Amino acid sequence: MAELRYTEEHEWVRMDGDIATVGISQYAQEQLGDVVYVELPETGRKVAPGDDMAVVESVKAASEVYAPVAGEIVEVNAALADAPEKINQDAEGAAWFVRLSGVDGDAVAALMDGDAYRAYVEGLE
Amino acid sequence: MSRRPRRASGGTPPADAGGAGPDAFTGTVSGNRALEIDEPLLFEQGDPSLSGVDLTEPEAFEERLGGLARDGAIGLPGVSEPQVVRHFTRLSAKNYAIDSGFFPLGSCTMKHNPRLNERTARLPGFADLHPLQPWSTVQGALELMDGLAHWLKELTGMPAVALSPAAGAQGELCGMMVIRAAHDAAGEGRRRVLVPESAHGTNPATAATCGYTVDTIPGDARGRVDLAEMKAKLAPDLAAIMITNPNTCGLFENDILEIARAVHDVGAYVYCDGANFNAIMGKVRPADLGIDAMHFNLHKTFSTPHGGGGPGSGPVALAEALAPFAPVPWLVHGKDGFALQESAAGPAGAAIGRLKAFHGQMGMFVRAYTYMLSLGGDGLAQAAEDAVLAANYMLAALKDTLSPAYPGYCMHECLFDDEAFRAFGITTLDFAKALIDEGFHPTTIYFPLVVPGAMLLEPTETEPKAELDRFIDAVKGLMARLEAGGAERIKTAPHYAPRRRLDETRAARHPVLRWRAHGAPKEGAE
Amino acid sequence: MRYLPLTDGDRAQMLDVIGAPSVDALFADVPASARLTAPLDLPDHAGEIEVNRALEALAAKNLAAGQAVSFLGAGAYRHHVPAAVDHLIQRGEFLTSYTPYQPEISQGTLQVLFEFQTQVTLLTGMEIANASLYDGASAAAEAVEMARRVTRRRGVVLAGGLHPHWRDCIATMARWSDAELDTAPADAEGAEDLAARIDGETAAVVVQNPCAFGHLRDLAPLAKRCHEAGALLIVCVAEPVSLGLVTAPGAMGADIVAGEGQAIGNGLNFGGPYLGLLATRESLVRQMPGRIVGETVDSEGRRGYVLTLATREQHIRREKATSNICTNSGLCALAFTIHLALLGEHGLKRLARINHARACALADRLVALEGVELLNAAFFNEFTLRLPVPAAPLVEALAHEGIFPGVPASRLWPGIEALDNLLITAVTEANDETDADALVGALARALS
Repeated sequence: MAELRYTEEHEWVRMDGDIATVGISQYAQEQLGDVVYVELPETGRKVAPGDDMAVVESVKAASEVYAPVAGEIVEVNAALADAPEKINQDAEGAAWFVRLSGVDGDAVAALMDGDAYRAYVEGLE
Repeated sequence: MSRRPRRASGGTPPADAGGAGPDAFTGTVSGNRALEIDEPLLFEQGDPSLSGVDLTEPEAFEERLGGLARDGAIGLPGVSEPQVVRHFTRLSAKNYAIDSGFFPLGSCTMKHNPRLNERTARLPGFADLHPLQPWSTVQGALELMDGLAHWLKELTGMPAVALSPAAGAQGELCGMMVIRAAHDAAGEGRRRVLVPESAHGTNPATAATCGYTVDTIPGDARGRVDLAEMKAKLAPDLAAIMITNPNTCGLFENDILEIARAVHDVGAYVYCDGANFNAIMGKVRPADLGIDAMHFNLHKTFSTPHGGGGPGSGPVALAEALAPFAPVPWLVHGKDGFALQESAAGPAGAAIGRLKAFHGQMGMFVRAYTYMLSLGGDGLAQAAEDAVLAANYMLAALKDTLSPAYPGYCMHECLFDDEAFRAFGITTLDFAKALIDEGFHPTTIYFPLVVPGAMLLEPTETEPKAELDRFIDAVKGLMARLEAGGAERIKTAPHYAPRRRLDETRAARHPVLRWRAHGAPKEGAE
Repeated sequence: MRYLPLTDGDRAQMLDVIGAPSVDALFADVPASARLTAPLDLPDHAGEIEVNRALEALAAKNLAAGQAVSFLGAGAYRHHVPAAVDHLIQRGEFLTSYTPYQPEISQGTLQVLFEFQTQVTLLTGMEIANASLYDGASAAAEAVEMARRVTRRRGVVLAGGLHPHWRDCIATMARWSDAELDTAPADAEGAEDLAARIDGETAAVVVQNPCAFGHLRDLAPLAKRCHEAGALLIVCVAEPVSLGLVTAPGAMGADIVAGEGQAIGNGLNFGGPYLGLLATRESLVRQMPGRIVGETVDSEGRRGYVLTLATREQHIRREKATSNICTNSGLCALAFTIHLALLGEHGLKRLARINHARACALADRLVALEGVELLNAAFFNEFTLRLPVPAAPLVEALAHEGIFPGVPASRLWPGIEALDNLLITAVTEANDETDADALVGALARALS
């Protein structure tokens, strides 16, 4: 399994072949607090980097989840709709949001790796 | 996610550390606590055969409902008058209110609600008027509206007032719609609005409703609009700037004249959110600051009661150039006296339309007007001075105990961040809940968003000094306890309120928004 | 001054602690050129005696509906509000409390609003309701925006029986969106065919029942046509007492109900403050604007109530909020809840029967007058008469006798000649037999 890459907006991406799985980072879920609701996009939509892709809501905040790279949404994690608390429990694993096809592997590799992201987060605090 | 996701507040309360001690009889048998009586829902009481009103059944007659007679039970409970009075009296006992004590909720202006206002509003000559009565029968009501408008025009130095908006947010909508209409009429397709990042959430929400895109301007180190950043965003496509003055940090925007001049120079308007007018009424007129449109919150500045969340009233003062676009109805005065121009025709041909049915929040007009006559022009200015004095007193008294967000004097409210207690593992939320135990309503928390763990404190002018001092002592005492190791007690506050901390996560994840009879099937979601 | 508790001694002490030489120093940020140096042209403060006198003088220039013979309706209805309501809403803990941001010390307000939400869902036959909006007209405007968001369509059909103020509010709120409004002409006969106006771009059809002319219609066929086309049916209710006798909008297939709650618990007040009701299906809850109260438990497991689903609202979503609404109509909602609690199931139903019975009886007496025609086959407590003369001047003339026979249609739909002779008359339990006699007599004289 490929390692995770991260964006400055706290999304993570994992490449499996040419399918990219996207979620929000552990840090992001900690900041949000208890997640109460997730709004997922429809499959079939093409996204460009930075496009609004999903919304994750806690009791006191709502945050946009942006597309980290260009691609087409081929799958969404419907289980999140019934159990949004999964995001608090396993943000960087089972609680993925969407899967994108037609993704450029180089674009993903250009994102921050785990160490770089941790350093980035430390810089924010 | 944004780069700096906001730290969460609220959510699931911490499990309570206190257990039953060696004495098992710590609670009451009934679950009540003396005067604080647990009260079930209305729907859990009574009997369908009961009613709290006596009505005589009409004699048999032939219905003319076109076959649309309602079938079956509505499901409402039946109770007698004594039960109703007790029910709501017990519920009222669970509410903190201005009448209970200090209510320093920043940006809300929780000043005393005078009872004379309640008497005059209930005079049948005001309360029992139908909005569609012929004008000849309501001249006194229209004269009062005219009188109120006169006071608002005098206080702002502006020539026109739209009275109808139902609350501050609707007033903002009115102001921004009028600006949009004015530019449209001049053939100018301006679509961008500047909003400071410290603005109240209604501001960008309002701008979006008017079809504008929102361009956020950062604040500077002094808590004011960053003038250079603002100027960099001026261009001919700008419709308006939405400012609050004093701003949401409780500070007067010193550069307001320069801001207004620069904005006007590119042909845009200055909209002012007047929520904080209490600081400056009678001391400076918004028109003299270059403001083109400003809404009032009668339920903040002019003492009409907050009532558990409304009703409010949000009239909007308008500059000459914007007046033609004010929503109907317009108060007009002709040879037969006062009337209201109700349709967007004739003199009101350019009106943006209508924001609510009928004429506006007349009940609040009567109350606000009564307050204005009571305080007078001299009293309103004195009130502003006392409000600013009280806030600066709180700031000065607490600046070494809590952590002020910005240096210097404030206006009618002062702003702190959570620096003073964060090191103890205490959040602003925890501190607020501890204040509840001390017998106070907390300050506004987590607003404005630009200050981490913000606590916005607005004392208002109607607090006796002794009450301010009580609050100051309580805050100092809480900090002293924190320093002496009392963090745990504060983290699990409140201990004495009718309810401990409530599980907001559960409420949002599994919304239960109405009572249902036992065993009644839940209506299927579509 | 009686509302200002600070003494000169207090002020001096406070300045001392602040370290400022005077209060003026605290206003130093206000540009000197703008500071007021002379008092404004406003009177000085006054005591209760003078203020009371001034307000009573203004009130005396008005003819209260209770001092007249009033059959006015058209969106605001004069019902008897039991004495207990006004006493309870004036308790300081209700009157002077605020939005329940700190739920631990606001359980009174929160439980009342939870009860209110429940009452509104039961009355309307819907699944959920919010904790109130400003009034029925703005509730209708919000309902339209909801429907457009949900269906992602632009078209909105506005019935010709919709109250013109509500219609105009919808139009004003939609003015700078991409909404396309199809406004049907004023429907005095109650016969309009709205289904014909629905197409694949229709987000919602907005209809009022009873309509502004008083007609009662079965909306089930229209609801079916809407749903077949993927549109929502928004039903507006201006007279909530009708829900005690008439089939609920939810039972007829409504997707959203926008209502005016004034008639229950709240007096006429010359048009405001009133009470917006909004009810819908559970699946649409996240699109519903306004505050919502939900049930939960506290850390000791006791049932309690909180504002919930706040992430729809302006203070969190800002420009992406469902609405910009903040303050709503709390005290009016409280009055509604108390009045409806007093009425109860039987009281409301009986009250509705009394209203309808009196309207039927009065309608019969009025059509017995020469040249007077009743346009409504089915109605609740309001109907439209076609007079043999223009209604507006007749209404003006009768006002001098202290009689309000109804609202001339031309007041709400100006400039439509075909409506000039129409009078909209409402009857409630507050109108007794002597009122009816006075009205019939006055009309008979005026028409002879």
